[in-house]
Amino acid sequence: MTFQDRFKSTESALVATAVLLAAGAFVMPAWLSFLLTLAFAKALVVLGVVIQMRAGLVSFGQALFFCIGGYGVGLGAQALGISDAFLLLALGTLAAVLLALICGFLLTRYREIFFAMLTLALSMILYGVLVKSSALGSTDGFNVAPPSFLGWEPEGETRKQAVYLLTVAIAAATAVGFHRYLESGLGRVMEAIRENEIRVDYLGLSPRWLLFANYVFAAAISALGGGLTAIASGHIDPDMAFWTTSGEFVFIAILGGTGHVAAPFIGAIVFSVIRTFAIQEAPHYWQMALGIVLLGLILFLPKGLWSLIARRKLQVAK
Amino acid sequence: MSTILETRGLTRTFGAVVAAKDLNVRIDHGEIVGVIGSNGAGKTTFINMVTGYLPPSGGDILFDGRSVLGLAPREITRRGMARSFQVAQLFPQLTVIENALIALVAAEGPRPSFLHPLDTPQRRAYAEQILEDFGVARYRDAIVSTVPQGARKLIDIAMALVSEPRMLLLDEPTSGVSVDEKHPLMDTVMEVVRKYGVTVLFVEHDMEIVARYVTRIMAFYSGEIIADGPPRSVLGDAKVQELVIGHHIDLELLGEAA
Repeated sequence: MTFQDRFKSTESALVATAVLLAAGAFVMPAWLSFLLTLAFAKALVVLGVVIQMRAGLVSFGQALFFCIGGYGVGLGAQALGISDAFLLLALGTLAAVLLALICGFLLTRYREIFFAMLTLALSMILYGVLVKSSALGSTDGFNVAPPSFLGWEPEGETRKQAVYLLTVAIAAATAVGFHRYLESGLGRVMEAIRENEIRVDYLGLSPRWLLFANYVFAAAISALGGGLTAIASGHIDPDMAFWTTSGEFVFIAILGGTGHVAAPFIGAIVFSVIRTFAIQEAPHYWQMALGIVLLGLILFLPKGLWSLIARRKLQVAK
Repeated sequence: MSTILETRGLTRTFGAVVAAKDLNVRIDHGEIVGVIGSNGAGKTTFINMVTGYLPPSGGDILFDGRSVLGLAPREITRRGMARSFQVAQLFPQLTVIENALIALVAAEGPRPSFLHPLDTPQRRAYAEQILEDFGVARYRDAIVSTVPQGARKLIDIAMALVSEPRMLLLDEPTSGVSVDEKHPLMDTVMEVVRKYGVTVLFVEHDMEIVARYVTRIMAFYSGEIIADGPPRSVLGDAKVQELVIGHHIDLELLGEAA
């Protein structure tokens, strides 16, 4: 199978999976569609973490853009009176992109632990600002009014289904788009930057500016994930920017792996399922369950869950 | 012949140490220049300054008549001067063909597409041709870190040549390569650079290699050029033999170029 065939078949598989998931909206229980909605929204943020990991950078502050996306939606609805979900999501994403254009100038000068700590610091600055802002609900945050969808204002279960379908559609479109990105010239150069920045420079490319573009892309999809989370849960608070939220995204990125655009989605679903059941079965010790899973992964699947699928695909190809 | 590279009073100091002192060099289009010198003589410092990796403390560098002083390596590469490294600088966890494809996409422009695939049939065909030219096509699908050192050196040079530079600087192309592999490696490199019509400057410790492949030699000692000219005259120079080579050499045994 040539690269072009593999490329097309992956995109077809992504679209087919999205169609199946969308069809599932009409048969699956409400709790499951809600769990999947939040998992897919998280997966978008994790995808932002993953594309930076592929360039050799670990963001411990991706919650910054997750939170900006969420507050963009919330404030757009509350302060500007916008009710359309698409406009609200666009607003949150635009705010994140503008912030990333500023932060990116600083951050793309740094690598390794310095990059990780600076991203963390920026997200904690936002957390601190939000906690002290009584106008934005301080530590409690505020509720997000149910949005409309291009003029359509569903109620009750239909609204939840609409949010789920919107999330699946956006996740699928993003997955296809980012599958293209990861296989594109720029996407593959990110791996080259991780491997050897000096050679990239001597090939005639600017690692810094390419990392800057990658950082902005990561911010945009992370904000989209934050916006969808705000719409799905109907609430936003400063914890969206807290460092443990960023840690959760890094956890899911390690859980899923970085080898494929589908990996963050698989990681996010597995993480949500483990967490949900761990909280239910052991409300006081659920973090321990996650810790054990992380330990097991590092020991037995250092390249994440996707490596199981990749290995299987390789065996089939042989 | 017109000058492709010129340095004027190029100097570099590291604290009290003068690594390069008032280097005035002119290299013409089509020349194949060998740079010799003992460790610490300033050879790599010279290449690093010329390619933008190390800012000079003084002097100027002109490439095709235009100053490249202060430009980043990528900008100098885009002007047509590429380099390879003493230790091959590749993408070790990617395959050989992926390394070549990335070099190709970089050669196409400073802003790679974020939508179009890296691996297109056209690029793959060109990349395979280049690997074929360098005799490393059999490693095409191997992870770079697993291929032999000699092949890695060739891939490193191939990566530099992908951008079709007018001048190529090779920093010790045969270092770390077994004695048996040195001549085949240099034969391959010289055949390809002649095919592409590239001006070459290379640093080398092996006098036999230098004498065989170059049209001119520059001998460095303590940051200065102590001899510059045709191989026979430089290698026969008593000062060069004493300070650079360290012993007397029989020019007749060094091969046809000398």
